[in-house]
Amino acid sequence: MSDAKLERRKVVRTLLDRRGDLLVVAGLGSSAWDCTAAGDHPLTFPLWGAMGSASMMGLGLALAQPRRRVLVVTGDGEMLMGLGSLATIAALRPGNLAIVVLDNERYGETGMQQTHTAYGTDLAAVALACGFAEAKLIRSDAQIASVRSGIYHGKGPRLYQVKVKRDAVPLVLPPRDGAYLKHRFREALLGKRAASE
Amino acid sequence: MQRKTSDTSAGAAAADWPGAIHRVLKSEGIGQVSYVPDAGHKRLIELCHADKGMTVVPLTTEEEGIGLAAGAWLGGERAALLMQSSGVGNCVNALTLSANCGFPLLMIVTMRGEWGEFNPWQIPMGQATPDALRLGGVRTLRLERAEDALDTVTAAAKLAFGGYAAVAVLIAQRLIGTKSFGEEP
Repeated sequence: MSDAKLERRKVVRTLLDRRGDLLVVAGLGSSAWDCTAAGDHPLTFPLWGAMGSASMMGLGLALAQPRRRVLVVTGDGEMLMGLGSLATIAALRPGNLAIVVLDNERYGETGMQQTHTAYGTDLAAVALACGFAEAKLIRSDAQIASVRSGIYHGKGPRLYQVKVKRDAVPLVLPPRDGAYLKHRFREALLGKRAASE
Repeated sequence: MQRKTSDTSAGAAAADWPGAIHRVLKSEGIGQVSYVPDAGHKRLIELCHADKGMTVVPLTTEEEGIGLAAGAWLGGERAALLMQSSGVGNCVNALTLSANCGFPLLMIVTMRGEWGEFNPWQIPMGQATPDALRLGGVRTLRLERAEDALDTVTAAAKLAFGGYAAVAVLIAQRLIGTKSFGEEP
């Protein structure tokens, strides 16, 4: 039933192009591969598990680094598993946090079963009802510039539910050693003190 | 302790174990405190909310606090997570963040279902709490006596942040007081 036209790889590449100081948490599965395809980066933390935790990691990071912009890139299945975290984020109202949900209405890693967004769950409406500063459903290329502007300059918390095609895309895997991913992120962000804290 | 102006004995001071835990969170540089509330954590939560040096994050479910603590550490800040033992089971899969990445985690858990529990529905998770934590890779320390609160929580914080470990302090139900309806513990 989906008439989505947007390509997830192209959307993520556009959002992460010239990313400046942006800090990124990528939810497990395709979203993490999309971020890696846009360019593996020490200030991107790709999750390989802990499903449902991406947005809360984004919140902890945004609260710890109020002068930096924080972006969570995740999928509809991952966001649905942590749906309550939208209420938690809204309670804190971090101005520097944005969430992009790449919504293909499917669990892409497990056999393309339908997620609840395929049955009609409107994640942007949920975020707005929780108290997000902005939340929008994105369906066209023409809207991506405003998503980018919101991520880098808008007052958060913001959520963009981006309807994307279901086409299979090549696997582009990030490093999967969690200790390495953690340490390279902290060293890139905090400098040498990261290792002695 | 400042609030207990009418009783200044050393015993009363030691009995203010939530105040002691709050002081440890301060001295150990905890910047983010998240919680799912429990009656046993009532005073500590109030102390944290009143503390302008702490960002306090109410959670909808306990595992949110595991992700929060990992994100905080990525950003150079320490976090602590408060919950009741019934919430420990909710955390199990998220604990992979500590096990895989070595994210420090300091959990402070008020126990139910172990000492004069009146609610049978609290007993299964309460009894399983120490083993559930161990299976998830979390080291546990028991806090049985009010006067040990400062030392025990300090030791737990050192273990968590010095040892890049997941650590839970289990506060005995006997210390908190057995709950019954219509009666504040």
